[in-house]
Amino acid sequence: MATSNLAKAVTPEDHGARIFDLSKTTLRELNQALHEVTEGSNLRSWEILNPKGSHAVAVGVDTPVQIDVRGSVGYYCAGMNQNSTITVHGSAGPGVAENMMSGTVVVKGDASQYAGATGRGGLLVIEGNASSRCGISMKGIDIVVRGNVGHMSAFMAQSGNLVILGNAGDALGDSIYEARLFVRGKVKSLGADCIEKEMRPEHIAILQGLLDRAGITDVKPEEFKRYGSARTLYNFNIDNADAY
Amino acid sequence: MCGIVGLFLKDKSLEPQLGAMLSEMLVLLTDRGPDSAGIAIYGSSAAGHGKITIQSPSPDVDFTGLDSEVSREIGAPVAMTVKSTHAVLELPADKLELARDAIATLRPDARIMGVGESIEIYKEVGLPEEVAKRFDLSAMSGSHGIGHTRMATESAVTTMGAHPFSTGPDQCLVHNGSLSNHNNVRRELRRAGMKFETENDTEVAAAYLSHQIATGKGLGEALESSLNDLDGFFTFVVGTKNGFGVVRDPIACKPAVMAETDQYVAFGSEYRALANLPGVEQARVWEPEPSTVYFWEH
Repeated sequence: MATSNLAKAVTPEDHGARIFDLSKTTLRELNQALHEVTEGSNLRSWEILNPKGSHAVAVGVDTPVQIDVRGSVGYYCAGMNQNSTITVHGSAGPGVAENMMSGTVVVKGDASQYAGATGRGGLLVIEGNASSRCGISMKGIDIVVRGNVGHMSAFMAQSGNLVILGNAGDALGDSIYEARLFVRGKVKSLGADCIEKEMRPEHIAILQGLLDRAGITDVKPEEFKRYGSARTLYNFNIDNADAY
Repeated sequence: MCGIVGLFLKDKSLEPQLGAMLSEMLVLLTDRGPDSAGIAIYGSSAAGHGKITIQSPSPDVDFTGLDSEVSREIGAPVAMTVKSTHAVLELPADKLELARDAIATLRPDARIMGVGESIEIYKEVGLPEEVAKRFDLSAMSGSHGIGHTRMATESAVTTMGAHPFSTGPDQCLVHNGSLSNHNNVRRELRRAGMKFETENDTEVAAAYLSHQIATGKGLGEALESSLNDLDGFFTFVVGTKNGFGVVRDPIACKPAVMAETDQYVAFGSEYRALANLPGVEQARVWEPEPSTVYFWEH
C-alpha cells in the first residue's frame, strides 16, 4: 500500500499512549477509534482503563498497534484481530481472540471458554489457565497456555498449534484434523480419533519456536508429548454405521 | 441466556449492604435477561419466628386485613410488611404450615413465593432495575442472597415463571440453561407428593433438590445427585438457611465466575457482575469446574 510522504500533523497524543477510560468513554467510541487507525498513523500505542468485564473490547483491530487493557474483560476481547498486539492485564471472558487472523494476543490472567476459537493465524498466549473448548475449530492459530486447559479443547482443530504447559481436561482433540497439540502435563482423556504421536526433531524445533515467541524460557520442548489425529474419521467406515 | 448473581457474606459488617450489593450486581447483568428478575435474601430471623412471602396480582384487595385474618385463623400474632405486589408475614415458626393453609383459603389468588425462618423472595416481570426499585431491595440486609434476571425459553414470561424458585423451607434455586427431561422428572416428583405451580423446567430442578433434602440428604449430596438425574444445560445457584451452593452440568457452556475474599464468596454469570465488589482486585477469581459441587455454609 502506498503511504503518503507528507508529514503528518502531530497531536499531543503522538508522544505517548492514547488512553481510553471505559468508565468515561463508550465501548463503541473506543472500537471506532481503533478501526480508524490507518497504516501510516502515529497512534501506535493505546491503553484501555476500567474495562470491568466489558464485552467486545478491541474487536476487529486491523493495524499494527500495541494495545494494553488494564483489567479484566468479558466476552470476545480481541476478536478477529489482525496485525495488532493486544495484552490483557487481567483475565478474559469467553471467546478471547476468537477468529484471530494475525498479530499477538496475551492474557496475563485466565481465559474463559473457547479461547482462540476458529483462529486462522497469529499467536494467543494465556499466562494463566484456559477453560473448556480452548482452540475449538482452530484453523492456523498458535495458542500457548502456561497453565491448564479445560475439557473439549482443540475439538475439531484443523491446523495450527496448541501448546499446554499444564494439564488438559477430558476429550482433548476430539475429532481433530491436522492441528498439533503439545502437552507438558497430564491429559485427562483423549477425544475420538486423537492419539499420542512421536516427538520427532522437527516437532522439537516447531515447539521451541513457539515457546520462544511466547517468551517462555523455563521449560524445554523435550518435556512435552505430542498429540494429533489418527485420521480414522476422514472417510466414512461402514463398520461405524451403527454409531449414527 | 439469563444472568445469575449470588453473594454469601463472611464479614458480618457487610450484612446491612447485602441488598444494595446484590441489586447492583443484578442490574449489571440486565442484558443477559430482560424478561423478569428476582431475588432471594436470607435476612435476620428472631428465634422461633418464621416468614411467608406472598405475591398477589391485586395487592390492594388481597393484603388489606390479611394479617389480622391469618392471626385469627392460627391463634398467634402476625406482623405484615407490604412491598408493592409482595407481602411478608412474620409469625411463630411452629404455625407456618397452618398459616400457609389459611392464606390459600383466605386469598385464593395470592401465591406463596417462599416459606422459612429467614428467606424472603421478591420477583416480578420487568428489568432488574425496575424490580429492585419496586421492592426497595437495596435497603435490605442479610447474610446471603441470590438474584436472577431471566431470558425466558422453557415457559411463559410471568411472575410465577421468574426465578428464584422456592420449593422447600428456606430453600431456593436459580438456573441458567434449560433442562430436557423436566417433564419426566416432574411426573416422578408429583408421584412422590411434590406440588408444582408452573410448567417451568427450573421449578422441577428446585423441587428435585427439595425432595432430595427432604429424604435426608445434605445440600452437597442433593446437588451431586442432580448431576445424575437432571439432563440438559444448567448452572444452578442454590440457597439454604445457612448456605449457598453452585453446580454446573458436565458440558458447562453456561458461564459462571466466582470470587472469594475474607469478606465474601460471590457468584456471577459474568465477571462484570463482580467488578465493583470491594477488594475484588485481590480476590481469588475462578470458574467453577463442570460436574463439581461447591457449597459454603455459615
